[in-house]
Amino acid sequence: MDTVSVLLMGFISIMIVNNLVFSKFLGICPYLGVSGRIDMAFGMGCAVTFVVTLSGTLTWIIDYCILQQFDLEVMRYVCFILVIAGTVQLVEMYVRKFFPAMYDSFGIFLPLITTNCAILGLCLFINLWGVDNLPEAVVLSIGAGLGFTLAICIMAGIRENLALADVPTCLKGAPITLITAGILTLAFMGFAGMIR
Amino acid sequence: MANTNDISVSKTFIAGLWQENPVLRLLLGMCPTLAVTAAVKPALTMGCSVIFVLICSNIVVSLMRNLLKPHLRILMFTLTIATFVTIADLFLKAYVPNMSETLGPYVPLIIVNCIIICRAEACASQNGLVVSIIDALGMGLGFTATLCVLAGIRELLATGKVFEITVLSPVSQDGWFTPWAAMGMPVGAFVTLGLLLGLVNLITKKQA
Repeated sequence: MDTVSVLLMGFISIMIVNNLVFSKFLGICPYLGVSGRIDMAFGMGCAVTFVVTLSGTLTWIIDYCILQQFDLEVMRYVCFILVIAGTVQLVEMYVRKFFPAMYDSFGIFLPLITTNCAILGLCLFINLWGVDNLPEAVVLSIGAGLGFTLAICIMAGIRENLALADVPTCLKGAPITLITAGILTLAFMGFAGMIR
Repeated sequence: MANTNDISVSKTFIAGLWQENPVLRLLLGMCPTLAVTAAVKPALTMGCSVIFVLICSNIVVSLMRNLLKPHLRILMFTLTIATFVTIADLFLKAYVPNMSETLGPYVPLIIVNCIIICRAEACASQNGLVVSIIDALGMGLGFTATLCVLAGIRELLATGKVFEITVLSPVSQDGWFTPWAAMGMPVGAFVTLGLLLGLVNLITKKQA
């Protein structure tokens, strides 16, 4: 029971309270770039969730079982980025082989996930928070991915309506998106203090 | 011949600072821009680390550009960058441990900073050594300058200080200035950057 509640807390914490986009500023580039339409935003969110779950788990295993055992922490960043690049490549090949329609709709976004800082960021945060068991690492990874999906979908929904609004010319595009994101952050700050 | 070279070099340098400013014009490297600009000092440290990594990786990529196979190039870029980021991170940990703690995971996150990969791909893998170094310097300084401006505005409004020197005396010390707490939080980062981008767009339009 105790473990379950710890896991649940961690899940809610990373998904809402410590949402990667709103409180850690990670994954801003796709957040601004892909949030134009809600279906694309959802697709991107799903792809990121998948990759972050796999790579978060894998990097934790590699870090805990190999790097820390042999005092190889210096190699950490190089290993992490290799694992992420490998995972993305794997996902790309798998999706292309088995879901060609989905592959076409993702287009360029799949390879771009490699340089999505939300993923490397999460791997580093798991490491920083000193997570020391596998279930917690897995749950945190899934939660982070879902949190990203949530953030990007909310943003896409707002931007679809924003397209009809009368925005001053100099604020059109990225500036108004950033300001909207700021107000959303303010809303999400209401959750702060709920847990951790 | 030498003259035309000089012009193109200085043009590359100035382009990084204003016309192609990575943050304000190309919208690259937004994550660290938002994350480390709560105060000027961490912003400056971050800017210097980025300049270091950018110059070193541009040099290496520029030197090995003829050996690269197209399908492996992104991987090689990332590995080169990761190596230099590890060096920068260890250096910060050893000499400025406080700063290293404040910046936390955002130093290793330089690896996935789009500015560096973008410059490696767009400039260093096609140009010679000198142009690559100058381009890295211009881009890096443009990035650092933007970071410092943003951090300056946020630190001033959030605490009344700039570079930890009191400029506006806060109410808590019998002054008149009520600090805007929101400026130090994520909200301040997003909104300030949004307004700054709007201002730059306005200036560009006036000039045109």
